[in-house]
Amino acid sequence: MSDKALTAWRDLALGAAITRPGSAADLKTGDWKTLRPKVDEEKCIKCALCGVYCPEFCISENEEGYWHSDPFYCKGCGICANECPKDAITMVLEEDD
Amino acid sequence: MGKRIGTEVSLGVAEAARLANVDVVSAYPITPQTHIVEELSEYVANGHLDAEFIPVESEHSAMSAAVGAGAAGARVYTATAAQGLALMHEILFIASSMRLPMVMTVANRALSGPISIWNDHSDIMAEKDIGWVQLFVENGQEALDLTLAAFAIGEDHRVLLPVAVNMDGFILSHMIEPMVVPDQEEADAFLPAYEPAMRLDPKNPVTMGPVGMPEVYTEAKVQCEQALLGSKPVVKEVLDRFADQFGRRYELVEKNGKENAKALFLTMGALGETCMTAVDGLIKDGEDVGQVRLRLWRPFPEEEFLEACRGAERIIVIDRALSPGCINGPLAVDIKSLFYGRDDAPEIVNVIAGLGGRDVTTEDFREIYARASGGELDGGYTVWGVKSYA
Amino acid sequence: MHKEIQFPGFKKITAKNMPWDKVVASGHRACQGCGEILAMGMVMKAVGRDAIVANATGCMEIVTSPYPQSAWECPWIHVAFENTGAVASGIEAGLKALHRKGRVQGEMPSVIAFGGDGATADIGLQSLSGALERGHNFVYVCLDNEAYMNTGIQRSSSTPWGASTTTSPAGSKSKGQRTFKKNMPAIAAAHDIPYVATASPAFHLDLMNKVRKAVSVEGPAYLHIYSPCPTGWRCKPEQSIEVAKLAVTSKVFPLYEVIGGEWHLKKTAKPKPVEEYLKTQRRFRHLTPDDIAIIQEHVDWEYARLERLAAMTDSVEDEE
Repeated sequence: MSDKALTAWRDLALGAAITRPGSAADLKTGDWKTLRPKVDEEKCIKCALCGVYCPEFCISENEEGYWHSDPFYCKGCGICANECPKDAITMVLEEDD
Repeated sequence: MGKRIGTEVSLGVAEAARLANVDVVSAYPITPQTHIVEELSEYVANGHLDAEFIPVESEHSAMSAAVGAGAAGARVYTATAAQGLALMHEILFIASSMRLPMVMTVANRALSGPISIWNDHSDIMAEKDIGWVQLFVENGQEALDLTLAAFAIGEDHRVLLPVAVNMDGFILSHMIEPMVVPDQEEADAFLPAYEPAMRLDPKNPVTMGPVGMPEVYTEAKVQCEQALLGSKPVVKEVLDRFADQFGRRYELVEKNGKENAKALFLTMGALGETCMTAVDGLIKDGEDVGQVRLRLWRPFPEEEFLEACRGAERIIVIDRALSPGCINGPLAVDIKSLFYGRDDAPEIVNVIAGLGGRDVTTEDFREIYARASGGELDGGYTVWGVKSYA
Repeated sequence: MHKEIQFPGFKKITAKNMPWDKVVASGHRACQGCGEILAMGMVMKAVGRDAIVANATGCMEIVTSPYPQSAWECPWIHVAFENTGAVASGIEAGLKALHRKGRVQGEMPSVIAFGGDGATADIGLQSLSGALERGHNFVYVCLDNEAYMNTGIQRSSSTPWGASTTTSPAGSKSKGQRTFKKNMPAIAAAHDIPYVATASPAFHLDLMNKVRKAVSVEGPAYLHIYSPCPTGWRCKPEQSIEVAKLAVTSKVFPLYEVIGGEWHLKKTAKPKPVEEYLKTQRRFRHLTPDDIAIIQEHVDWEYARLERLAAMTDSVEDEE
């Protein structure tokens, strides 16, 4: 969305409603984090609990059935690591691999 | 062809809402409005109106439910007065900022305290900045007609705003007057089915009422303000269309008495008719006097008003509400600021009259006129008929 | 005798058929580890997209809707703080009229209202009570994080005894909140609506199935959901689910349903001491052993009352 649309009253939708559903997906909340989850696929049993409990709704299943967070949204809260029944997730510093 | 009946004005207003085939009525009882919504709930109970009647637990919820129903795409009606209107205060602004057309009758009544069920305009004057189209009516026929017209005004896609029809409590609401009630075909021809411009619909999801950050709040307010300013020609157009179809013509600003009179009374609401009688009498006595009545209060019809006042040297503004600590009554404040800096600015005399049901008679108008002419009422405002000591 | 309550079209959610379609998008601005948005997201996953949401002023409204971005993928409206019951009433009534009159075709969408504990138990109690009493077909969800978090952690009537908040601070002459938590689910149940339940995001299948029941039942349903707030409770963001689990296993926040006047309680077999729960959150750290004993006693008393209610109206189930 351009700056113009943000500021020009003539371009606002009726009653300043937001007409693009789910447009918050544009927002990169991933840069809030200092720690990021690192998944050890050896330990992962694909139970999906990390995905169930992710408050960013950003952990999804990949082609091999493993569950990974989307770094674009992950705020690094660490719930996934805390709840993983197999301790397959560890929180590591953003810059570390 | 409609039929002419004698009925209570409140029932006439309910009839207008029925003719508008409203989808939702959400209301809470408050004197002197209650007869309207009693009648509507009876229509619903008897199958004469296919609507949901929500008997809410407060006026705050009446307006909130009206907003919800409006957002769902329904045609909505409610009515209130005084404390009820004050309780709605917060949500009134939200209804207009969400651009939700709905019609509300305000049976104008004094605000507490002391508690008073009787008429004045202090309720609506506390709500003059809500961003609604606001009309004032003078008699029963007008109440019925403008209620029907209000739907057409608010729902016009150039407007999309809520409309308040102000009707003096008791003085109008409880009077039995002759009224012509249009039949359903006529009403349908005048008022087409409501086509919401936006509604809460899972097939086309919108987020209504988001957080207005400083980057957008001003623009959001200006959008509503411009819609309200832009509603004036639509009000005119709708009232013209009404006149063409029903033969009853209503102007935004009405004038009577002598052409280009030196002195003018300015009134809103039912007091206008008493004033009219007084003006006729004064003219018979040889006075150069006329009267201007505001039918459209918001948006303020500047051009029409100035045109109606052309040549006047003195305007006696009758306010039916007190604005303590302010320079003038609420109506006179607008009038003074309108004339400020103009070479043709007349003297503005401001009289606050008829508070909390105090009678204002033709004799009062004659006396106000005499005292204003004698220069006794200049400066600030005069609370008419106030007793200082027994 | 209790009312026979039907859940037409109820489809049970299991680990195998969990709905993953998120109706609340990523990119929302909730705090790290927010248990409230997590609970709300779970509710919406269970409800699906054929819904209209009315949201009270509060954290969830603020973090999902700052213009020009919305996290909502279903129609959503925010009007004010104290009136969400009334707004939802209006939406439901409007839809009902429009569908009946044939102006809108198809199935009626679900009407869901969200409010925090302040919006529900304090400022919005009147409008909620009105909406429940009038019998509108909608689901009211209270996301209870036990204080006014959006304005900066002020106490509400839902704040538990002893919790330190910015308007019930612990001090030399104060133990924090001086009152016990208002029993909001019981107030909702007292309206004799068909369905009331408490839920916790730590027990996600239980939560989602309660949502499905609430949506399928005809008439008003009330869900009271425990919503951990790491920011306001001064606990670690990664512990939100842990704390939520402890709240249930320590009997601080029991999970139960009230269906047509029958109280169904899933009994916690070996309850943990409340101290274990309290020590996870710094809002309780000033409490002495004597204070904790007061809380334990109150928790036990409330739980025993629940058991009595369940025994009177139904049977107490043992923990699964």
